[in-house]
Amino acid sequence: MSQIALHHISKHFKDITALDDVSFTIQNGEFFVLLGPTGAGKTTTLRVIAGLERQSEGDILFDGQSMNGVPPAERDIAFVFQQYSLYPTMSVYDNLAFPLRSPMRRTPEIEIKPRVEKAAELLRIQHLLERKTARLSGGEMQRVSIGRAIVRNPRIFLMDEPLSNLDAKLRESLRVELKHIQKTQTSTTLFVTHDQIEALTMADRIGVLREGKLIQVGTPTDIYDRPATTFVAQLVGTPRINLHKAFRENGTLHVQESTVQLPAPSGSLPAEFMLGIRPEDVLIAPDGALSGEVVLVEPLGVETVIHLRAGAQTFICVVSGISHYRLGDQVRFDVIRERLHYFDSNGQRLAL
Amino acid sequence: MTATTPRPTFEQSGPRLPVVESIRVDRVHPRARIAGSVRATLAIILSLISLIPVFWIVLTAFKTPTDVTAIPPKLIFEPSLTGFVSLLSDMRLLSQAEQEERSQQPDLSWVDQIALQIGRAINGPSQYARQLGNSVIIAGTSTLLSVVLGLLSAYAFSRFNIPAKGDLLFFILSTRMLPPVVVTIPIFLMYRSIGLHDTHFGLIMLYTVFNLSFSVWLLKGFIDEIPREYEEAALVDGYTRLQTFFRIVIPQARTGIAATTVFCLIFAWNEYAFALMLTTQNARTAPPSIPSILGSGGIEWNTIAAGALLFLIPVVIVTFALRQHLLRGVTFGAVRK
Ligand SMILES: Nc1ncnc2c1ncn2[C@@H]1O[C@H](COP(=O)(O)OP(=O)(O)OP(=O)(O)O)[C@@H](O)[C@H]1O
Ligand SMILES: [Mg+2]
Repeated sequence: MSQIALHHISKHFKDITALDDVSFTIQNGEFFVLLGPTGAGKTTTLRVIAGLERQSEGDILFDGQSMNGVPPAERDIAFVFQQYSLYPTMSVYDNLAFPLRSPMRRTPEIEIKPRVEKAAELLRIQHLLERKTARLSGGEMQRVSIGRAIVRNPRIFLMDEPLSNLDAKLRESLRVELKHIQKTQTSTTLFVTHDQIEALTMADRIGVLREGKLIQVGTPTDIYDRPATTFVAQLVGTPRINLHKAFRENGTLHVQESTVQLPAPSGSLPAEFMLGIRPEDVLIAPDGALSGEVVLVEPLGVETVIHLRAGAQTFICVVSGISHYRLGDQVRFDVIRERLHYFDSNGQRLAL
Repeated sequence: MTATTPRPTFEQSGPRLPVVESIRVDRVHPRARIAGSVRATLAIILSLISLIPVFWIVLTAFKTPTDVTAIPPKLIFEPSLTGFVSLLSDMRLLSQAEQEERSQQPDLSWVDQIALQIGRAINGPSQYARQLGNSVIIAGTSTLLSVVLGLLSAYAFSRFNIPAKGDLLFFILSTRMLPPVVVTIPIFLMYRSIGLHDTHFGLIMLYTVFNLSFSVWLLKGFIDEIPREYEEAALVDGYTRLQTFFRIVIPQARTGIAATTVFCLIFAWNEYAFALMLTTQNARTAPPSIPSILGSGGIEWNTIAAGALLFLIPVVIVTFALRQHLLRGVTFGAVRK
């Protein structure tokens, strides 16, 4: 296991900039998640680290040692690809054994067998070992390709959306499984996803990528509680954060086109800004200072999402369990003032 | 309004549109079934029609010269090996007296007896066996070379950033645009002056060059279809480019390799004009030899048919051995993209 560092990595494909001055460090044994929408450059980052793509600028360091120009085989990496990449002409067993049989490692067969079997057991694919991979279902294929990574003990695991093709239930159980494997083996892992729930639940630290730029790096709590930009604030958390234009007037915050007014915080705020309120920070209370009308109720079982209209703006709030609110109800509510998020007109977080 | 939709009965529950081809649906619409059998019948009829010449060659090869020219043509006759014997041996005509004398000899071998039936005696083996051998050597080696070289360059064209890739590929293809006959004379003169005339190597090189453009293009099509992810996965798993090529690419390109092999083999095996011009004795292949079997007396159709039959067999064997790869190979890959 190793510490992996990216120093000012840029990658251009002709006139497309896939990565733009990306720097971060993954500590030994850390589970680092790269989160970003499609086309953000997540796969490109992994490919550059693996050596499948040569960066246009910058350095890749493994334990402080430069990896520039080192061929993929010598980097000692395990890569779970976004598309299935199981060798179609081989059985599942041979697929799992393939990295161990490589001329770089030359593991004796008696050593391969227990390792393959252990990986198969962890991923619950023991019964598939003799099968040809073309006959597997999507979920089975994905588990085999994860298996091909975990039979080894590489310097780093690179996983490119390994759970994206699975159904919700399997995804959830594999998420727990992967996290567990990672923690027990203390393996350094770089996990790529566009799913914020995967990122929040699995990561030690998250890096948010957008259009090739790394916007914020931090623990899930950092990212959720102190999003660096409106983009990050909207990317994490379901239901989405309430984000509204607001302005300051005589010590009061007004949400534009809305009846919502709040006392201004102590710090210095520009006259116009964006106000972010997490749905769970909107509390329905009989003695609340604000009022609105229920315009939509979405019961999810564990919680219910309620859309409140105050003026022309709608605020989303969540209450736990099934709620008794009906469409058209007039309710009073409050917001937790210490937990408001302020962003300037460019979307950058304002520290107060 | 509660309009109860009638529960579909068992008969109604099959697919509503005719399922024309399916492996999973157990109930095939009757219309689709009829269409399927019509199609199968048509396919069988068409293949029978195209097999008629082959069938006739086989019949003729086993006829005696009198049966061949019989009118109306005989479908049922006593098979004879006369054609094959005269094909593979060099014979002379016997006079009436000699024939009678020979028929008295008790120790005549079965070949001699067959020769005697058509009034001849055997001098020795003919050139044809040797020429067939030449065909095997020349077509086999040039096919092997075309496929191996083609595979390597197709892989390079498919996977690497080669400067002026498009131009190079076009150049390779353009060698096919010239009708080969146009260059026979210049090549004949060149070959004669550099000593390649009537050599195995000369023909092998020529056929390889001709086939290479075809094999590069065909194989590139197949390799393009193999996702790069497989190779990248193997590279990350600790294999070098070359090992990846052998362990990942070749197994997946089997279909393409089989199809290319058969096409190259058929070209090299059937090639006539160059073989006729560039060889005389030593390296002469079978195609230019078959017409020269014509015979000294009348046209010996049974001998020619025997020659053609022997000539067909090797290609049939190879094609048959590769048939399971071929079917997919001919229908996919080459045509797409
Ligand atoms: N080989 C390539 N040639 C040209 N452009 C490329 C290449 N690979 C990636 N790109 C571009 O780089 C950008 C980032 O791509 P990348 O595959 O890294 O995105 P991603 O974050 O993995 O997206 P997704 O979530 O859809 O997988 C995209 O705009 C993509 O079109
Ligand atoms: Mg990707």
